[in-house]
Amino acid sequence: MTERIDRASRSLILSWPALTIVSLVAIPFLLLLQVSVGHHDPSGLWSPGFDLSNFALLADPILLRTLAYSAGLAILVAIVCTAIAFPLTYLITRMPRRRQIAWLILLLSTLSLSEVLVAFAWQVMLAKRIGLSEIFVVLGLLSEPQSLSPGFGAVVSCLIYLVMPITVLLLYPGLSRLDRDLIEAAQTMGASNRMIFLTVVLPMLRGPIISSAILVAVFTIGTYVTPSVLGQPQQWTIAVLISRTALSDGNLPGSAAMALLLLAVTLALTGGTILLGRKKESGT
Amino acid sequence: MLGLKIETVSKSFGPFKALDRVSLQIPQGQFICFLGPSGCGKTSLLRLIAGLEQPTSGRILLNDKDITPIPANRRGFGMVFQSLALFPHLTVEQNIAYSLRLKGRDRKQQSERVEELLALIRLPGVGKRQIGQLSGGQRQRVAIARALAQEPMLLLLDEPLSALDAKLRESMQVELRLLQQQLKITTILVTHDQREAMTMADTIVVMAAGKIQQVGSPIEIYREPANRFVADFIGQSNLLDADYEAGDQVRVGDYPARIGNISQLIEPGRKVTISIRPEDIRLSPAGATGPNQLPGQIIFVRDMGSSIEAHIACAGKQIISVSTPREWLGGHANDAVSVELPPEACRLLLE
Repeated sequence: MTERIDRASRSLILSWPALTIVSLVAIPFLLLLQVSVGHHDPSGLWSPGFDLSNFALLADPILLRTLAYSAGLAILVAIVCTAIAFPLTYLITRMPRRRQIAWLILLLSTLSLSEVLVAFAWQVMLAKRIGLSEIFVVLGLLSEPQSLSPGFGAVVSCLIYLVMPITVLLLYPGLSRLDRDLIEAAQTMGASNRMIFLTVVLPMLRGPIISSAILVAVFTIGTYVTPSVLGQPQQWTIAVLISRTALSDGNLPGSAAMALLLLAVTLALTGGTILLGRKKESGT
Repeated sequence: MLGLKIETVSKSFGPFKALDRVSLQIPQGQFICFLGPSGCGKTSLLRLIAGLEQPTSGRILLNDKDITPIPANRRGFGMVFQSLALFPHLTVEQNIAYSLRLKGRDRKQQSERVEELLALIRLPGVGKRQIGQLSGGQRQRVAIARALAQEPMLLLLDEPLSALDAKLRESMQVELRLLQQQLKITTILVTHDQREAMTMADTIVVMAAGKIQQVGSPIEIYREPANRFVADFIGQSNLLDADYEAGDQVRVGDYPARIGNISQLIEPGRKVTISIRPEDIRLSPAGATGPNQLPGQIIFVRDMGSSIEAHIACAGKQIISVSTPREWLGGHANDAVSVELPPEACRLLLE
């Protein structure tokens, strides 16, 4: 009797995560699949059917170039962002407790700003008249004020700003748990701060570094608002192309097929990074 | 002077005084133990010597050279941490060779030195293993080998044996002591375990409340404790309140007693403490007469086979005597006995 209740309550408890997975992941994905094989119908966006011709769009060289560009951008942002966030997080974990909390709250609060808001704020900041351009002139980096957006630099800077708090939050637990004794032991064996960082801190945090880099890359590869606001057409990412296909061209099945391709590339990128990290680990 | 010299070193953490004007000389080649309860400042003193902390005031000299401003990574002292602090991402070999790699020694020199050290700690052939694959005792030895790799002037050990089980700890104590005698390296061990200190040290530095209480050989510390704290902390001690009379005479409660080896001048009538070790107390049947015989009553007997411990009510206090089975006069709780405090075993403590 009790066993039966146990089993019943257990399946009830487990049904909750199952329900979320089905409703939030499986159903949207199946809908996407269905749309991608539907008929292109200029009057009502799409109609049900089985039409593989939508996938022919994927052979378009412009699309492939954009996809490669998006992946490259994602990798670049992931590398630069981790490279900046890691020393920053390390410094935060060495601070007294209260100051650590202040820094984390500051970084977290930037997450409350929407991507749209941040992208337009960067547009203002990078404008010719007011903002960074004038400061660069004072510093001697630029000879005269100029507009720094739209452009590749503007897109990358804004993306880094957007994902930096996430990276810090992902690296923080690992870094704050790093045993102080290990650092002091390295010190007594003659290691300078730089060598401690390179030979102890960095290798011990390979796991958190890889996972935060993957997250940043996944977040960036599908970015849409930032390149639309701060980029020229050649800085448009695959997400911008998908939205144009869907909204301007009214080709929903075509854009669904492109979205599936993006999903496949993202999975390949993630898998590749994990494999690379594992290989390195067994190598040393 | 060859060796380490600590000159009136103080260390404060905010309002807390971890060390209060500590001065100490450690001759080269000695094995020193800093012994004391937790919070007595022993670890702070070790960290100051290692260069991991800076003193609030005072100087630290090595072979008459002031090393106070030199940071830990340029002092070249080997240190073994309580947590051992072995690098989990490196193999045994890479752990031991860490300091050599930093010094830019070539691979051949590194591996030769690693082999030599693995042989020294009697663990040949484990070089390629991961730290996680070693047992507690093996890790312990690897940590010692790693600290020795750079041929340090000073080996600093911060309670490195405290994580081991009792049996392994005892054998590691002996092993560590033999290793130190073989290498003749000046070694400082921090411990709260007096047995450990007695086993290993040439000199014990007893510390409490940020101050040095006594410096001496293990037997000096045990036989001639400088004050109540040392007498109580090192081994078991019976502390009896007494009134000083004159010469070598004191009065314990209502009974007169004689004390051997009084070195200082004491004014008559002063309150003093007599410290006597449990194994120095002799028991005889009640009614025995003679000098330093006090009447007592057995409260409790604990027979541990190799020795017999008796708790006795005597002179208004509960005292403990330890006898070998051969010496033991027999007796049970509530039996009256005569307690003899041999004059030469009694130590007079002021304060």
